[in-house]
Amino acid sequence: MFRLKLIYLLPLVALVGLLGVLGLGLGHDPSALPSAMIDKPAPSFDLPPLLAAKPGLKTADLKGHPVLVNFFASWCLPCREEAATLAGFAASGAVPIYGIDYKDKPEAAKSFLEQSGDPFQRVGIDTGRTFIDFGAYGVPETYIIDASGHIRYRFAGPLTPDALRDQILPRLAALKAGK
Amino acid sequence: MIAEIGHFALVLALGIALVQAIVPLWGASTARPAMVAVAAPASLIQFALVALSFGCLAYGYVVSDFSLVTVFENSHSDKPLLYKITGVWGNHEGSMLLWVLILTLYGAAVGLFGGKLPRDFRARVLSVHGMIGVGFLAFILFTSNPFLRLAPVPPDGQGMNPVLQDPGLAFHPPMLYLGYVGFSMAFSFAVAALIEGRVDAAWARWVRPWTLAAWCALTAGICLGSWWAYYELGWGGWWSWDPVENASFMPWLSGTALLHSAIVVEKRDSLKTWTIFLALLTFALSLLGTFLVRSGVLTSVHAFASDPRRGAFILVLLALVVGGSLVLYALRAPALRATGSFALLSREGALVLNNLLLACAATTVFLGTLYPLFLSTIGGPSVSVGAPYYEATFLPLMVPLLLALGIGPLMTWKRADIIPLMVRLRLAFVLAVVAAAATAYLAIGKSALAPLGLGLAAWIFIATLTELAERIRLFRVPLGNSLRRLATSPRAAFGMSLAHAGLAVTIAGITVSTGWQAESIQVMKPGDSVTIAGDTWHFDGTSAIKGENWQGLEARFTLSHDGKPFAVLTPARHSFPLQQMTLAKVAIHTDGFADWYAVLGEEQPGGGWVARLYHNPLVPWVWFGALIMALGGIVSLTDRRLRIGAPLRRAKPAPEMPEPHVPA
Repeated sequence: MFRLKLIYLLPLVALVGLLGVLGLGLGHDPSALPSAMIDKPAPSFDLPPLLAAKPGLKTADLKGHPVLVNFFASWCLPCREEAATLAGFAASGAVPIYGIDYKDKPEAAKSFLEQSGDPFQRVGIDTGRTFIDFGAYGVPETYIIDASGHIRYRFAGPLTPDALRDQILPRLAALKAGK
Repeated sequence: MIAEIGHFALVLALGIALVQAIVPLWGASTARPAMVAVAAPASLIQFALVALSFGCLAYGYVVSDFSLVTVFENSHSDKPLLYKITGVWGNHEGSMLLWVLILTLYGAAVGLFGGKLPRDFRARVLSVHGMIGVGFLAFILFTSNPFLRLAPVPPDGQGMNPVLQDPGLAFHPPMLYLGYVGFSMAFSFAVAALIEGRVDAAWARWVRPWTLAAWCALTAGICLGSWWAYYELGWGGWWSWDPVENASFMPWLSGTALLHSAIVVEKRDSLKTWTIFLALLTFALSLLGTFLVRSGVLTSVHAFASDPRRGAFILVLLALVVGGSLVLYALRAPALRATGSFALLSREGALVLNNLLLACAATTVFLGTLYPLFLSTIGGPSVSVGAPYYEATFLPLMVPLLLALGIGPLMTWKRADIIPLMVRLRLAFVLAVVAAAATAYLAIGKSALAPLGLGLAAWIFIATLTELAERIRLFRVPLGNSLRRLATSPRAAFGMSLAHAGLAVTIAGITVSTGWQAESIQVMKPGDSVTIAGDTWHFDGTSAIKGENWQGLEARFTLSHDGKPFAVLTPARHSFPLQQMTLAKVAIHTDGFADWYAVLGEEQPGGGWVARLYHNPLVPWVWFGALIMALGGIVSLTDRRLRIGAPLRRAKPAPEMPEPHVPA
């Protein structure tokens, strides 16, 4: 009764392929912009200090042990959102956190850090150049840099406790285990 | 309480849909008339229940019942009533309910008006339609329930995105859904025909009004959507090849192909498997569009908040609906036999060419839309595919399509002669060349594509008029005689002429507006003037304005030509305090041949405002043309042969004749 002809099966085969791709695509976030700087050495920079009590930040400071580098600004609302998470993480003393104050008024940045519980061991002032060299596209952004000074991970947007637990900590643990 | 009634009605509708999906189909294959008779009442009850449910949700919006999650998230008590109502479908849950409402509306229409279809065939159609209903009702109830309650009840809602608070959006989604959900009917007809293993002229005639109705609505829906984007989003353009625009455009392309190939089935009993395939494909593309918009796999300005669980559900639905129908197709289609044969150069040949090119065009849009997804799935970089891709792939396919469009309607069935055709089209050819040459002269240094576009528009328009004039034998018999012929000629033929002429109008609009758009962006202070395309725009000043749920600022521009003022434009900026959003409201002055289009930007620190001013010649024709196309479809719908009962099946057995092979 039925006569199978291969050509009439083609649409079905095409559909199976399409469903496969769509299924794989379901888990992926189209707005995620992968950083082009992953696994590349951190750009070279030498930023003057923001605070009298803490040193500035330069490329050489990133070598020797894994660190977090956080771009922030006092005018950025999400940075205020993530400040508590960062301060809490800094208190745990797991890794040093270095701050880069992006396109900011120093006075405003200082009072922002005072209010929010400064989590940084070093804070440099960036007029925009270092931000571009890192390939950042907004504040806040947080980078994981390994002991050899290579960028391993970029987190865009405010760090939440969940993001810290799921994205940052496992990667830091892996870096330390690898060392 | 009202919301619970709505929820309950929806659950009942799912039950009815299950009955409708199983009982009539079973009855038809076991020859039990009582079970077959279930189909029509079931479709009507299912529609009534979904309509009741939709009414309950709309009631929740109108009375601002913030105990409902969707109302809380998408409405606000200060919102104007119109937008409280349109807010019902301004979000994922409500728009899915609208989707199913329209699905069941089509089912009920077949239940009510499909009395001329053979009983068993109609039962099978409605069963298949019921299956789609089951899938989508389950989708709503299990993943997107619009009747979820919230406790404690918040004092007020979060409001609706101000961009969506616009009359254009009130009618765009229902129209669009009437279009692409409507193709579910063509799908059900195709599956029912595959189950019966019979596709003939009668089938083509039955499916035609449903396809045509869906096509008209989709044409109008896309047109409204693009017009909304043009005046609301304020970037001066009207089509951006956004994934969601493409999602509605792909079914339009394949639906257009379906309309044309069904004619060949009806008149010549040929192209059957291809036509069935197009019917399945068109609805599959509609479902794909639904998936793309709601699963969050692609970024788009239109996308709903994404939820992978919903995406997974629609994907499974897509696999069942399309996969199931394609399995049936693989089993049954080889047995469908064509009886009509035709020469390459014939009306059928021209329609095959039309189908090939439209299918290729749909494929290029498909590839462009999904390429970013394909690439990132295999771990490639993030890319976006934009206008340059479509200009390089889509437009070249349109050129032969439009050339053939001028010739096709004049060709005879079975076999056509090229020489008489060329003689009959000499006027169209000469005028098209003249139009192209004149454009080329005017467009030196501006646009290389403009002469081609206007030449093609003229070609189609004149060729369409030529065909119409020949049909009514204009100037060959007395004028009264011709007019009588016009009045008595089939409406379908007249509808075709109208739709083709509408396409010519749209092409002219697209060509001229892209080639000659004049734009000027500058900071202006009150008293400043700029001159764009010969018209002077004088910035008179600004004033404060206030609306129901916004406050704003309005700027006043006086337009003059040669010192004579001819229009005042008042672009504005509306601030919505609730959403902390400011929207630029475009002001447009149109005379039907051109738009003067003004957008007010930010106030500058040194004083003055950024003003973006455009002169868009012939841009209204883009939408006029689309509306003429939809009107052509409606005229064709009123054709006598679609209203009158099915023709008798041919009694003589069809000779075995292989169908001409159409590459899929």
